Amino acid sequence: MIRVDNLLKKYGDFTAVDNISFHVAPGEIFAFLGPNGAGKTTTIKMLTTLLHPTGGTITIDGLDPMRHSNEVRKRFGIVFQDPSLDGDMTAAENMEIHGVFYHVPRKVRLERTESLLKLFELWEKRNEQVKVFSGGMKRRLEIARGLLHTPKILFLDEPTLGLDPQTRNQLWTHVKHLNQTEGVTVFLTTHYMDEADRVAQRIAIIDHGKIVAQGTPQELKQQTGKDSLEDAFLSLTGSTIRDEAATSADQMRQMAKMWGNRR
Amino acid sequence: MSAIYVLWLRELRRYVRSRAQIAASLGQPLLYLIALGFGLGPVFQKAGQGNYVQFVAPGIISMSILFSSIFSGMGLLWDRQFGFLKETLVAPVPRFQIMLGKTLGAATVAVIQGLLVAIVCFIAGFRFADWRTIPIALLFMILIGCLFSALGTAIGSILQNIQGFQLVMNFLVMPIFFLSGALYPLSNLPGALSLVTRLDPLTYGVDGLRSALIGISTFGFVADLSVLLAVTLIFLLVGSRLFSKIQV
Repeated sequence: MIRVDNLLKKYGDFTAVDNISFHVAPGEIFAFLGPNGAGKTTTIKMLTTLLHPTGGTITIDGLDPMRHSNEVRKRFGIVFQDPSLDGDMTAAENMEIHGVFYHVPRKVRLERTESLLKLFELWEKRNEQVKVFSGGMKRRLEIARGLLHTPKILFLDEPTLGLDPQTRNQLWTHVKHLNQTEGVTVFLTTHYMDEADRVAQRIAIIDHGKIVAQGTPQELKQQTGKDSLEDAFLSLTGSTIRDEAATSADQMRQMAKMWGNRR
Repeated sequence: MSAIYVLWLRELRRYVRSRAQIAASLGQPLLYLIALGFGLGPVFQKAGQGNYVQFVAPGIISMSILFSSIFSGMGLLWDRQFGFLKETLVAPVPRFQIMLGKTLGAATVAVIQGLLVAIVCFIAGFRFADWRTIPIALLFMILIGCLFSALGTAIGSILQNIQGFQLVMNFLVMPIFFLSGALYPLSNLPGALSLVTRLDPLTYGVDGLRSALIGISTFGFVADLSVLLAVTLIFLLVGSRLFSKIQV
């Protein structure tokens, strides 16, 4: 469903994604894990047509995201890591815009909007502008919106960041359900190793733009000789905190953008 | 319901919800109308050019459409800042349609704004020469709105952050306004200024609107209309090209 070969993304001298290759089978739940600034979001952006790779190839359901952007966009849904709601619109209007974008028939859209907003406990607030929502509510709305249409591939970029355990549980139950009943392929990133362990069938660990390990959660644990995925993760990526790396990566992107280097 | 419609509707909803902004954006045209209209009125009269409020009102209406449409078009910058842009960019909708929806929405908002200013002008003493030419006036208002909304969207696609806003304001929007003949007659201008005014697309919008409202025209209906249509089309094409190249 997703094939990535020797994918490369450079911002000037800085290499954000360094020659990575992996593939995700149809109907698989695949977790893409890594410390901050490792290149997860950059990779997702390239997979979802938002960013042009410097090198390598990507195939989504047999199509190249650069050449057949619109066809590729029809095939996936995404919950972004950072906010992507329209604060001036109400929750219901955000759902409406999304539904129209993804050609969800009106009747289905209204039904699903109701059930999803109820599931994530936003139904009472559906006619309020999103800018008055709390962080958690916004996050829940992002997720509800991402689930409004049923795509072939669902990208979840740290969807549970800042969510309470109840909502996280709802989300993963729903995602697993979609995966089992509709065969939706799921590509997710998260910092919660227990989630990845519970939900994902296969995992790739990325660090400094390179994939350092790939396999089932079981394989990763065996490979490192640890009991938990968290320990396996730490032994693969080291225990240094990566906030520095994240900022400098961000700065590089910022710089690259500022100088109009949009490639 | 199509993506173009829903994006158009979004711009309108946003406009209706920003009541404070609507009030604020009527302030500036009102100031121009009163300070210039009545301030320069006596001089204008003495120079044998007639009533200045009559002359300047179409210019002020054009100005409000220009400002409103460029800013709404540049609303793209806010979408980028607050993240909604990503939602539109990954949607399976041709980017031309997204750009068109936004542009038409911005143009509609700008025309409404222009109509509000027209009412303010009317209250301040402006009178139409002929009620029957109002549809033509409306046509020119729509064209000005579309042209500059498309320009705004094009600029919004290139600029990466809101800091660029002031730059656009000082080096693009203000010159477009001041060099358009909105405030002064285009006859007997010094050669260089005369040339520059003819390169400014707003000149033809103001001229068309002025001819529809008070029957004074420099270039004539056909010239005004063709220039506006052609430039609008060019900006739409350039804008959608730039918009489709956005990466985030």
